[in-house]
Amino acid sequence: MIRIFKVAVFILCLVPLGLLAWRFFGAHPTDMTNWGVGLGPNPVEALEHGTGDWTLRFLLITLAITPLRKLLRVPALVKFRRMLGLFAFFYGCLHFATYLWVDKFFNVHEILADIVKRKYITVGFLAFVLLIPLAVTSTTGWIRRLGGKRWQALHRLIYFSAIAGVIHYLWLVKADIHKPLEYGAVLAVLLAYRVFVWQRQLFAARSAVTTLPRKIAVE
Amino acid sequence: MLIKSSSPSDARPSEITPRDLYLNRRKFLAGVGLSAIAAAGVGTLLSPAEKAMATDQITGLQKSPFSTTEKITPMNDVTHYNNYYEFSSEKDEPASLAKNFKSHPWTVSIGGAVPKKLKWDLDEVLKFAPPEERIYRLRCVEGWSIVVPWIGFSLSEVIKRAQPLSKAKFVEFTSINDPGQMPGQRQRMLDWPYTEGLRMDEAMHPLTLLCFGMYGGSLANQDGAPLRLIVPWKYGFKSAKAIVKISFVEHQPNTTWNEANPHDFGFYSNVNPNVERYHSQASEHRLGEFRPRPTLMFNGYDQVAGLYSGMDLAKNY
Repeated sequence: MIRIFKVAVFILCLVPLGLLAWRFFGAHPTDMTNWGVGLGPNPVEALEHGTGDWTLRFLLITLAITPLRKLLRVPALVKFRRMLGLFAFFYGCLHFATYLWVDKFFNVHEILADIVKRKYITVGFLAFVLLIPLAVTSTTGWIRRLGGKRWQALHRLIYFSAIAGVIHYLWLVKADIHKPLEYGAVLAVLLAYRVFVWQRQLFAARSAVTTLPRKIAVE
Repeated sequence: MLIKSSSPSDARPSEITPRDLYLNRRKFLAGVGLSAIAAAGVGTLLSPAEKAMATDQITGLQKSPFSTTEKITPMNDVTHYNNYYEFSSEKDEPASLAKNFKSHPWTVSIGGAVPKKLKWDLDEVLKFAPPEERIYRLRCVEGWSIVVPWIGFSLSEVIKRAQPLSKAKFVEFTSINDPGQMPGQRQRMLDWPYTEGLRMDEAMHPLTLLCFGMYGGSLANQDGAPLRLIVPWKYGFKSAKAIVKISFVEHQPNTTWNEANPHDFGFYSNVNPNVERYHSQASEHRLGEFRPRPTLMFNGYDQVAGLYSGMDLAKNY
């Protein structure tokens, strides 16, 4: 049953790419002169924004899995987390590739200058780089090799990747910060949930320590 | 495309049908159901879609030596990819949001250091000089560029008639403030109304165009109708749209984008591949081209270099 769901989710995750490709290649995919026309007057920008948007969306969807499975009491949701996280990385790769190829045409000089000098590109690059170790260690083998605790600690990097991703968007817009703030608001809720859980655990642990001797004393 | 060469048989400026009369005639034709016949006469070289968009034709266009011979960007791109924050920050939205914008009647007020404050009706302004077609490159600070056949005449024609006093060193342009018609102005993205400015010598430069038309017809609403500025050697945001006021001032005026982000958007904002602020400005994407092309100093308009001799353009960006 879960296998069927996994296949369905996998296909669903490819829909945004399919739509972008559909618009890019248009009605006559063999006619190269027509490529990009379906993406509007500036296909380069449309590809860059499309892949960037979906990277952020998949990061947020991945981060929503843990709160949702606890709040909705559907533990099986965790079985989709790795796939969704890898799709975030996949769209991040497409986004980065679009920048390297269609935007900068592999102009190494310009790309390096961008990463060093332009803070929105620096932080975007950071968001992407932080996802690489997570993608690499996403396999069951790596979880075993690192041990659950260490693996979990490493994968908290996704919080910083998502924060960097939202800042990347916030810094790149010229004046209308409406959309990056929407992503920021969702991310804030998802992170606030973790802070809340962490605080509660901390409180529970502390009260456990303080109540323990008293219990003994009473007995 | 309408590119008329000025041969002796061409209409003299005095023979050009005034635009208001022309528009009235079009209304009349529409009234008696002959609009299709009138439309058939519009720009035989335009594509069908462009013909449908060119609602009226500006006759007696003069050719300009400033025009580039580069491939003109399709009109559909120029009318559906607009940075016009008064309507929306999304470039595909002004086309529909500006559909019912009222660009007629229109008054332009002249103020500041002038012997007499003036209010000109747009139709009056359009008679100051014969309309020229100028095919200019336009480079956006975001890294894309277009080639557009604008219609207008040098801004200096207006400045001459305003007779600014010698103490006026800058010209300030104010765009319309009308949140009722412009949904973007109901949000506080920028400080409305939009203002822009030029140094007097920049404003007097023959390249600086007071623009009221494009692609053989009048300006599309989403492209800044009915009256805008085109300063081809500066980033696009310097070319204010829907201008209602021109003021002659002593000091460098505040400009909208400069106020919003002084670090990224300087007062001069000359196209300069060597000065990187908001973006790397070394290359650009010409709409319709896949490979980026190198950005040229002053957007290729080298004749303006003299305006900035002795200035450090890395500091005065």
